[in-house]
Amino acid sequence: MDTHFAQRRRRDLIVAACLAVIAALVPLFVKDVYVQNIMVLTLMYAALSQSWNILSGYCGQISLGHALYFGLGAYTTALLFTKFGVLPWFGMLAGGAISAVIAMALGYPCFRLRGHYFVIATIVIAEIALLLIQNWDWAGAALGIDIPVRGDSWLKFQFARSKLPYFYFALALACVAWLVTWWLEDSKWGYWWRAVKDNPDAAESLGVVVFNSKMGAAAVSAFLVAVGGSFYAQFVSYIDPESVMGFQFSLLMALPAVLGGIGTLWGPVLGAVILIPLTELTRSFVGGSGRGVDLIVYGALIVAISLALPKGLVSMFSGRKEATR
Amino acid sequence: MTAETIIQSLASGLLMGLLYGLIAAGLALIFGLMDVVNFAHGEFLMIAMYVTFFLFAFFAIDPLLAAPLVAAALFVFGAVVYLLIVRFAMRAKANAGMVQIFSTFGLAIVMRGLAQFFFTPDYRSVTNSWVGGKTVSIAGIYLPEPQLIGAMLSIAAFVALYFFINRTDFGRALEATREDAGAVALVGIDKNRVFALGWGLGAALVGLAGAIMAIFFYIYPDVGASFALIAYVTVALGGFGSVFGAFAGGIIVGLVEATTALILPPSLKSVGIYAVYLLVVFIRPRGLFGSM
Repeated sequence: MDTHFAQRRRRDLIVAACLAVIAALVPLFVKDVYVQNIMVLTLMYAALSQSWNILSGYCGQISLGHALYFGLGAYTTALLFTKFGVLPWFGMLAGGAISAVIAMALGYPCFRLRGHYFVIATIVIAEIALLLIQNWDWAGAALGIDIPVRGDSWLKFQFARSKLPYFYFALALACVAWLVTWWLEDSKWGYWWRAVKDNPDAAESLGVVVFNSKMGAAAVSAFLVAVGGSFYAQFVSYIDPESVMGFQFSLLMALPAVLGGIGTLWGPVLGAVILIPLTELTRSFVGGSGRGVDLIVYGALIVAISLALPKGLVSMFSGRKEATR
Repeated sequence: MTAETIIQSLASGLLMGLLYGLIAAGLALIFGLMDVVNFAHGEFLMIAMYVTFFLFAFFAIDPLLAAPLVAAALFVFGAVVYLLIVRFAMRAKANAGMVQIFSTFGLAIVMRGLAQFFFTPDYRSVTNSWVGGKTVSIAGIYLPEPQLIGAMLSIAAFVALYFFINRTDFGRALEATREDAGAVALVGIDKNRVFALGWGLGAALVGLAGAIMAIFFYIYPDVGASFALIAYVTVALGGFGSVFGAFAGGIIVGLVEATTALILPPSLKSVGIYAVYLLVVFIRPRGLFGSM
């Protein structure tokens, strides 16, 4: 576009680099395992939400079924490792590739659906996959898979004693997801998506190419989310259908972006940094006696933000500049 | 598999389908009126079931007598939700679709949290109600009484709804607002009032369904989730926003569910419903009875 846009992009990149370096240094000072655990989850959700945002925010195809890809990543990695001894690194790529292919296969019929029909189709498809896995005995059915821990090793991507390797992997994943988004913003796809959002007539004339770009976005988005799922399986070393493919994951991926600003570069990061620690802290402060308080807190937050700041929290910082771009 | 088992399960499927139609009617009404999908619809059902349960537990009011009270309580609740949340969600200029989805989703999460907090996650059930656990035999087919009464109530509710929409002033205002919300203001109809009453009516319908469901189903904070998904499928099959499409959609969903349970393991019975949804929208992207 103009020089203003180019300037903003350069500034974004510098800010991101600084934030990444600062984040990488934090574990040197924060040794508490509980806090490190929250940091890992925060980075993971930042990465997931950033990936979700590519399809749902930039393309405007709101998916509430991304748990499907998260679960596919987790299950592919865990099954390949426990059944065939394939290293998680390959499992991760395999899970990503499978998810990307499935995302395109599903996108082909689904992108013809409008609005609520699309949203409900995504929920329904993820739910079918969940039910099938729950009834698939070879994959552990409803009981799930225990990933045997065989000591600390980068090769097997398992670390029983330290959270740090997970932290750095999650940070790297968040950076990759951010960079992909950053790159897409200035790509041909990014321009088309903006054009279509602003102008329905443009959507008509760009029909076919936009359809293809949405397929691409679905593949990229699913790939990254599946890598996140693989990571999660290694991180918790035990997975079952409900805990990696349940609907709550689809929601948890969407909420940081909604809170921070849907279809924006910084929204998912900002949203995750606020939402995940808040949820985890509420859960541990209130403890076992007050079940449901964490739900009340973040549900209320979502209602308040979507009503008061429909463009998310980032709109408070960028203000008019963002609107006139 | 004998002909008898097939008829038996289709009959139960039909009854359940009529109840699904009643659960979905309010969702369809609200969508038709103002193009908003209430993603807290399942939680409305959950609240209705809890209200029924507590009326029974504390005041020994049978769910069948409680049903009108529950419907009235839900009417107020629905109207309040519109006035406090949805009214503002409709004003969003940016990301309008997203705001509608997530403001009602947020409400759903809050309601589930509140239910866990106040009612605990324990499973509860209404025991020893008038019709709970009883069956009647008609021509050799055994039908559970709660579902049978629920199905009759559903038919009655749809008939009442038909007359209400076509014969009363409020019904006509509802139809007019649905056709053109801008123009009705010119003839002195307060749009907000109609919308609030529409939300009340929609919630009252799901309240009615909840009172019946409480007789034969466990009551717990997440109970709404699976029924909500079935309700969305029902409404979508009927063509979003068509109240009477929801009636037909419900029957289809009930029959498909019963048929799937005959063929696949019972734990997979919902797969049939979801597959039919996908099949229908892929072939007719605006639903079975929706206008193209």
